[in-house]
Amino acid sequence: MAVELDVFVGNTIIMSEEVYQLWLDGYTVNDAVKVRMEGGVLDEFDAKVDVVLSDTMDQYRTFQMCERLLHSPTKLANQLLFQIPPHRQATLIERYYAFDDVFVREVLGKKLSKGTKKDLDDISAKTGVMLKSCRRQFDNFKRVFKVVEELKGPLVENIRQHFLLSDKLARDYAAIVFFANNRFETGKRKLQYLTFQDLAFCAGQLINNWTVGAVDNMVEDMDVDLDKDFLQELKELKVLITDKDLLDQHKRYKHLCLDGKLSTLFGKQRLLMRWRLISRGLVNIATKLTNTKDVRDFFIDLVEKFIEPCRSDHWTAADMKLYLTHYTNSAHILDTFKYQVVWDRYMGVIKSCIFKMYHD
Amino acid sequence: MPGKLKAKIVAGRHLPVMDRASDLTDAFVEVKFGNTTFKTDVYPKSLNPQWNSEWFKFEVDDEDLQDEPLQITVLDHDTYSANDAIGKVYIDIDPLLYSEAASVISGWFPIYDTIHGIRGEINVLVKVELFNDLNRFRQSSCGVKFFCTTSIPKGYRAAIVHGFVEELVVNEDPEYQWIDRIRTPRASNEARQRLIFLMSGELQRKIGLKVLEMGGNAVVGYLQCFDLEGESGLVVRAIGTACTLEKLSSGSGTHTHPNTAPASNACNSPSKDGKEPVFGEDLPSSSGPSTPFRALPTSSSSPPPFSPSKPCSRQSSSSDTDLSLTPKTGMGSGSMGKDAGPLKTLLRQQTQTALEQREFPFFTLTSFPSGFLLHVGGVVSARSVKLLDRIHNPGESSSRTHNPNVASTRRRIGVYSLCHVRGLSSSVLEEVCILSASGTAAILNPRYMREGCLDLGGSDQRFEDPSPSSCGFCHIPYDELNMPFPAQLTYCFHCRRQKVPDVLFTTIDLPSDAAIAGKGCFIQARLCRLKKKGQGEANATAISNQLPFMEYELHTQLMNKLKLRSMNALFGLRIQISVGENMLLGLASATGVYLTALPAPGGIQIAGKTPGDLNTEQHILNIQKRINDTIAKNKEFYEVNPPDLTEEVVGSPIPEPRLRSRLFRSHSESSDELSELDLSHGKKDAFVLEVDDTDAVEDIHSLLTDASPPKGFYSCNTETMPGIYNWTSALQMFTSVRVLRLSNANLSNQALNKVFTDLCENLLKSFYFKLRSMIPCCLSHLVFSVAVPEEDLIQVAVTAVAMTFDKDQTQEKPAEKPITKGCSEAEDQLQFSLELCTDSSSINSQSSSKNSVSSLEHSSPLTEGRSRSLRSSRSFGGSSVSVVKMTPLSFLPGTRIVKYVGIINMFFIRETTSLREEGGVSGFLHSFVAEVFAMVRAHVAALGGNAVVSYSMKDCVLMENPNKNQCQCLINVSGDAVIYIRETDQEVTGSTANIGLSCTSSADGAT
Repeated sequence: MAVELDVFVGNTIIMSEEVYQLWLDGYTVNDAVKVRMEGGVLDEFDAKVDVVLSDTMDQYRTFQMCERLLHSPTKLANQLLFQIPPHRQATLIERYYAFDDVFVREVLGKKLSKGTKKDLDDISAKTGVMLKSCRRQFDNFKRVFKVVEELKGPLVENIRQHFLLSDKLARDYAAIVFFANNRFETGKRKLQYLTFQDLAFCAGQLINNWTVGAVDNMVEDMDVDLDKDFLQELKELKVLITDKDLLDQHKRYKHLCLDGKLSTLFGKQRLLMRWRLISRGLVNIATKLTNTKDVRDFFIDLVEKFIEPCRSDHWTAADMKLYLTHYTNSAHILDTFKYQVVWDRYMGVIKSCIFKMYHD
Repeated sequence: MPGKLKAKIVAGRHLPVMDRASDLTDAFVEVKFGNTTFKTDVYPKSLNPQWNSEWFKFEVDDEDLQDEPLQITVLDHDTYSANDAIGKVYIDIDPLLYSEAASVISGWFPIYDTIHGIRGEINVLVKVELFNDLNRFRQSSCGVKFFCTTSIPKGYRAAIVHGFVEELVVNEDPEYQWIDRIRTPRASNEARQRLIFLMSGELQRKIGLKVLEMGGNAVVGYLQCFDLEGESGLVVRAIGTACTLEKLSSGSGTHTHPNTAPASNACNSPSKDGKEPVFGEDLPSSSGPSTPFRALPTSSSSPPPFSPSKPCSRQSSSSDTDLSLTPKTGMGSGSMGKDAGPLKTLLRQQTQTALEQREFPFFTLTSFPSGFLLHVGGVVSARSVKLLDRIHNPGESSSRTHNPNVASTRRRIGVYSLCHVRGLSSSVLEEVCILSASGTAAILNPRYMREGCLDLGGSDQRFEDPSPSSCGFCHIPYDELNMPFPAQLTYCFHCRRQKVPDVLFTTIDLPSDAAIAGKGCFIQARLCRLKKKGQGEANATAISNQLPFMEYELHTQLMNKLKLRSMNALFGLRIQISVGENMLLGLASATGVYLTALPAPGGIQIAGKTPGDLNTEQHILNIQKRINDTIAKNKEFYEVNPPDLTEEVVGSPIPEPRLRSRLFRSHSESSDELSELDLSHGKKDAFVLEVDDTDAVEDIHSLLTDASPPKGFYSCNTETMPGIYNWTSALQMFTSVRVLRLSNANLSNQALNKVFTDLCENLLKSFYFKLRSMIPCCLSHLVFSVAVPEEDLIQVAVTAVAMTFDKDQTQEKPAEKPITKGCSEAEDQLQFSLELCTDSSSINSQSSSKNSVSSLEHSSPLTEGRSRSLRSSRSFGGSSVSVVKMTPLSFLPGTRIVKYVGIINMFFIRETTSLREEGGVSGFLHSFVAEVFAMVRAHVAALGGNAVVSYSMKDCVLMENPNKNQCQCLINVSGDAVIYIRETDQEVTGSTANIGLSCTSSADGAT
């Protein structure tokens, strides 16, 4: 007695969020039924396997039919095929575009191309996210990337308007698009300790301060590309390490301020040595950013040139904050240093990125 | 006389990509009506074209206006090759032809293709300027309103109920024409869709003509069916009840003449004046009686004057071979003998005269204005098996009348009238077809039956009415000594004056004023019988020989299940028998109720044939115990506790239910007693089950395996659930289809029965599961339809609505009942009904006029009325325009229907040649059903409506060929598009005070 056909269609869409999540997570119908049966929520209803199976099948079919619409969420609101209450629409979209942090961490900064898509099974095996779910998430990234690529106006706002996402999710997508566009290297072992949220925060900082959009908000790609003029100006910061006078002055001021405030037990001598190293590192990063290759290595450089040395000296986060604040401010007092604005724009981002990236 | 149809194509959106190279589409639109076609410009390279065309004007006959749909085709322009069709939209412009329905059709319609489904949407504007025709010999019937609703529509009052109308149209099926061999599936599907649109338009027009001839202005309970008879052609049939409806004027306390209000609306456009004949008085061919409303006083709610006016003529000259007729089954408490030979019956059927029609009027309604129905006799049904011929002359309406012999059967019962006829051609298989008709025999109030109409004095006469409305309809309509079928009669438990039968089976809805105990419950009898494969006549004979037995068995099952739930009446009974290649399927669904006027049902007793055998005895005892347990459990679940009132009358309240029921029985007729004692006697009582063979064991087993719905769920197949009165507004209409393939061809009858029973039970179970988030909720209007599409396949399609209710108040007395139900008797009130018809109707049903002093049995609805008028003073809440609610019921809980904007009657074909890619048959049908819903919603929204009531899916024919990766499906749906507003949005007008007043007066009467 095989059930040849079994459908159940409601005038208003019939879905349970639990099943939707299972579908999004890439469970097959049978696995989903297993999960639901084990879930125990259904015990009180004394549901048999066939009933749960039929229900799951119906919902899976509905979701599959909706998927086409979810690819352009604005259509979901004025399509006629399904009658979906507004709050359900929001849930459908938000959940569909939600992603796993572990997964996104793997593809962050990679080119959203066919090549990467081929590696998805490796990523799936590594992260434990099902391949089907990986594909959906990857396709979402790609779709968002493609749509906002050619749009004018602020990135986050564009994403929110075209995909009807919440503010938080739109920001995350902006970060993903930004990383993918600039191809930041995030996969190196040294960077593995950083979570997606750390990097997304940094991306937000870069978008807000270093892109073209930070100065002019009506240009194409304004939030995706870094401000070329600014990068050019960064070169001038070189004086801080090349000019002997400035260097000495800078050093001295900072020492004056920092005296006795750091909790580290290192003597002055040690700090002096570090100073030279760190200062050189940060300025070098700045001066090299005109080079695309070096832009990609931005995060690695930060870790190698700053975070690692500090960590090896067992600085606390508080020390590091103090140190960076004074380091930035002391440059202001240098009378011969003319690039205060550029310096602030640069150090502001560096500071907040490092704060976020420095884990105790 | 012509009318002018104007159409404008505004824009399109979400069009499919037709040009792979550019990922865009160069779309243009063809607008066709009749033989005239207009085209828009090509809007190049866009998926969201903005045509913004000029107004395309069609000057056409009003006959064509009624028959033809407006056909809109969206195409992709191709410079070199032929233009590709994207899809089509058919718009039925009929709603624009009524004076008070929609005035414009405007909105987004899904562009539908029979191969690809919905492909984008198109925004269209349609208007009609009609110069109406007053010519007596005209062929059009513009202005006659059609309602699917099987009660008097809300906001209207039935001035005259004229009676039954029917018509059928036959044509050759394009699918079977020679040309089909050379044209594409798409062209063939479209030809078929268009033809059926045309045919149903023509059918409506013809029925409308009949109605006009009878002097009516509307058809209520309109039911249209298709028979796809293959080579023999395509038949579209329809039945309905012709009425003269008057619109109730809203808002004011005084009753304005219905003719004045709409006319003043229309006066600014001269073209609309012609529509006047819609209203009673100006009818060119008005039937005898003068219009009744003239004499109506301003503030009383008198019963509506009904008159069975002109009979409609039924020409039935049979050209087909009637092989056998099975006149059958008066369902009282037994099945009726088959006395008259089939031939005789056939003859009688054919010679039925207009006179007979008048004497025994048919109605297609399921709920009636209170006072209309005096007594209910029982179910009558008739089936006939026919062999189909090729149509030789499609123009002539062939002989397939669908009420073959109900009339004669009914005469034997000796009842005056048959309310609610259901004409179902249940099953067509190759050349054999079963025609069925069933209904409830009833006596109507003779005063309503009088030729000419009632004057107002009628309300006084109601006093003399010996039977109160809460139990009157149960009283037997026939002579005690000359019963049409064996039944045990007792005195009515309510009034103690009249006799009532021990059980009552009807096809109508539970009258709103009936006194019941507990809640209702869905009862279903299922039967599957094997049949030898056969051809032609032999096959037809075999089928017709089986039919009586099937009906008997279904009846027995129903009776047993009813007893098991300790209930004593069935409403909404619907029996469907389907014929397949090698089996016959019977499915009877009904809603069981405990009517307090009827005696309490006895339990079920098991009797063994061989008393000596200890083993058997033990076994029987076990079964008996289980049955008794189930009865007790059911009683608790459905809260069936006969009311105290009855108990006092009886004298000694005895708590044990079994004993009590016996007590009731012993108080009744002595013949009753006899049957209980005399178990082994040849006269089989339905209470007694004999366990003498495996059949009986199976029966009992199947009785006990029927699972009751889980906690928080109730189900019924009537309009509303008896016993639940406080609906909240959440509702979910759904359609479910299941097809089962029998893996083993050599099944026994029992095994087959089990499979079929399980199929239905599992369907119900999965509904409960899927809708569990709505608990507490009730599945209403569960309509099952079975089919045997192929050998070894059983198809069950269900449409129903799940409605939530407020759990806390379920115990409240029926004072609140009319909130859901009362609107159906809206015609009873003249001026209040639009405001608070729900409240006032309960009063009116009891005391027909506010001046009258009648005894109210229920608690006074006074407080209710007050609190509700308070509630109604709340501010207007915004409602979303885009949401279209759908329900198979005639009302929407918590809302008030303010306008009927037109009938929806649509037919769709969908075909695929890539079944696997679309997710198999399930995926295919799932998307098709969703698309049908979408198109219905779009049409309703375009008419300005926000809901569909009385929605039904009448046909769902699925043909698959998985090997070829193909599948085809036909769906026919219908309903009434309405505009509703939430009840809380009611404006408080002066009339609310009026209600309070009438409440008080009737409450006073009660004390």
